[in-house]
Amino acid sequence: MPLRTEELLLNMGPQHPSTHGVLRLVLTLDGENITDVRPDIGYLHSSVEKMMEHRTYVQNVALTDRGMDYLIALNNEAAYCLAVEALAGVEVPERARYIRVIFQELNRIASHLVWLGTWGIDLGATTVFLWCFRERERVLDLFEQVTGGRLHHVYFRIGGVYADVPDGWTGACRDFLDYFLPRVDEYHQLLTQNPIFEARTRGVGVIGRREAAAMGASGPVARASGIAYDVRKAAPYEVYDRLEFDVPVQTSGDCLARYLVRLEEMRQSVRIIRQALKDLPAGEVRARVPVAMKPPRGEVYVRTESPRGTLGMYVVSDGGETPYRVKIRAPSFSNLYALTEMMRGWKIADIIAILGSIDIVLSDVDR
Amino acid sequence: MATGLPPAAGEARSEPQPRRTQIGPLAEVVEVLDSLPGGGLILTTVESALNWGRASSLWPLTFGLACCAIEMMAAFASRFDLDRLGVIPRATPRQADLMIVAGRCSIKMAPIVRRLWEQMPEPRYVISMGSCATCGGPFFYDNYSILKGVDQVVPVDVYVPGCPPRPEALIEGILKLQERIKKEPFLRRQAYAARDGQAGAR
Ligand code: SF4
Repeated sequence: MPLRTEELLLNMGPQHPSTHGVLRLVLTLDGENITDVRPDIGYLHSSVEKMMEHRTYVQNVALTDRGMDYLIALNNEAAYCLAVEALAGVEVPERARYIRVIFQELNRIASHLVWLGTWGIDLGATTVFLWCFRERERVLDLFEQVTGGRLHHVYFRIGGVYADVPDGWTGACRDFLDYFLPRVDEYHQLLTQNPIFEARTRGVGVIGRREAAAMGASGPVARASGIAYDVRKAAPYEVYDRLEFDVPVQTSGDCLARYLVRLEEMRQSVRIIRQALKDLPAGEVRARVPVAMKPPRGEVYVRTESPRGTLGMYVVSDGGETPYRVKIRAPSFSNLYALTEMMRGWKIADIIAILGSIDIVLSDVDR
Repeated sequence: MATGLPPAAGEARSEPQPRRTQIGPLAEVVEVLDSLPGGGLILTTVESALNWGRASSLWPLTFGLACCAIEMMAAFASRFDLDRLGVIPRATPRQADLMIVAGRCSIKMAPIVRRLWEQMPEPRYVISMGSCATCGGPFFYDNYSILKGVDQVVPVDVYVPGCPPRPEALIEGILKLQERIKKEPFLRRQAYAARDGQAGAR
């Protein structure tokens, strides 16, 4: 007698320890195997784009911290400030550009550390979580000395940064980099050489080069599938064209490749910060910008490379004190599309590994 | 026959009985003790011992909504180490007795927060972490999707201010809650609630 089977619909989330926020996945299961995945988003929709239309250009910097991807507040601020500066034709002083690069790269390290730690927990490696947060606290200390905040800084301003870094900060930053670089090797020892970790990630959740491009994936997800695209190289902003760094690329497109890309990115960030600290010019850190600034009529689209991928900011001005429209191109949102492609055919237990490996932040997806 | 199964064929379908709360032996002991001279003293002593245990093993639900959840994670991690206060995160509401609402709660999420709270066993506590959970915070004005305070859906015991509150602030909130738990008339409330037919007291 043939066995009668039925497809099963299973809800994962919104409260689930490894969905990294409030994501709901509707899984269609055939036994243990996944036949389809439908992400249900919007549980953290904060209507931030709408709110920006009601606040002045200068006030909006604070919203980009909170309403967008909260792990990378400084990268968000940079994208927004770059867009408004391009719109209003503000010239940013050299020193401020370098400081911005340093802070964006520090924030990239902090964000990747949170990703690695939480992904480690998902895969059952609690030690990684504790180690990553140990290092991250030191990055946050560096932030705190300058901006006063640990997570939300409101440090970048249209036309520069709020204030210069205090005396001795560059030394502290160098010390941290010297301390941090060997830690990346430790993570490699702890995870890359771990057979359990390898079994759970190698060959799991593969997405090919063409599919990744078609789904609009960017950042480490695309680079792990062999797409050597990094906005910092392709369309340099700030002073990235003057700094030397490599774009790590892997071709296998599986969870392990995405992990390796991010670990290497942390190393490259250290390299970038070292150069920027060395070349840091003296001078002003902030151009004079009126508080009630009114950029001329027009629109602008700016791309930046956030730790999660291409972060775009589209700002339309009608000549008033507030933006007419702000649209955020969120990297997590596009990477979430690729998820369905990656998960099909895998088992439930692999979902956790795959979901963690694309590193989405739900505040970035929903905005 | 209270097996909970549907009645077999031929068996008479009995009328559904109203659920009666059982007054356990513990509740009776509490009642008798409370009426005896000097019994109150014993009760209070037992209660403070129990409360010490409850306050030192608060198990929160791992449940993060937004940015504040990252600071909550930091509080559980290396530098701040909430484990030393006996605060160990649980992944399911059935094993948790503390809910830390960390972050802004959207209108779409509100019913789920409520359901998670309902799934937690009593006695249960709620900490509202951050200004978003407390009152809407930075998302109060010109906003159509964020709840203006999570206390509209769940009763909150401790509010921790900040955007985001530092891990130290969250720890302070937990200490405040522990102080409160240590003063609760836990045994008496459970016993009298059972006698009066209420389903436990908060
Ligand atoms: S209070 Fe601040 S940090 Fe907390 S969720 Fe709201 S915006 Fe984020």
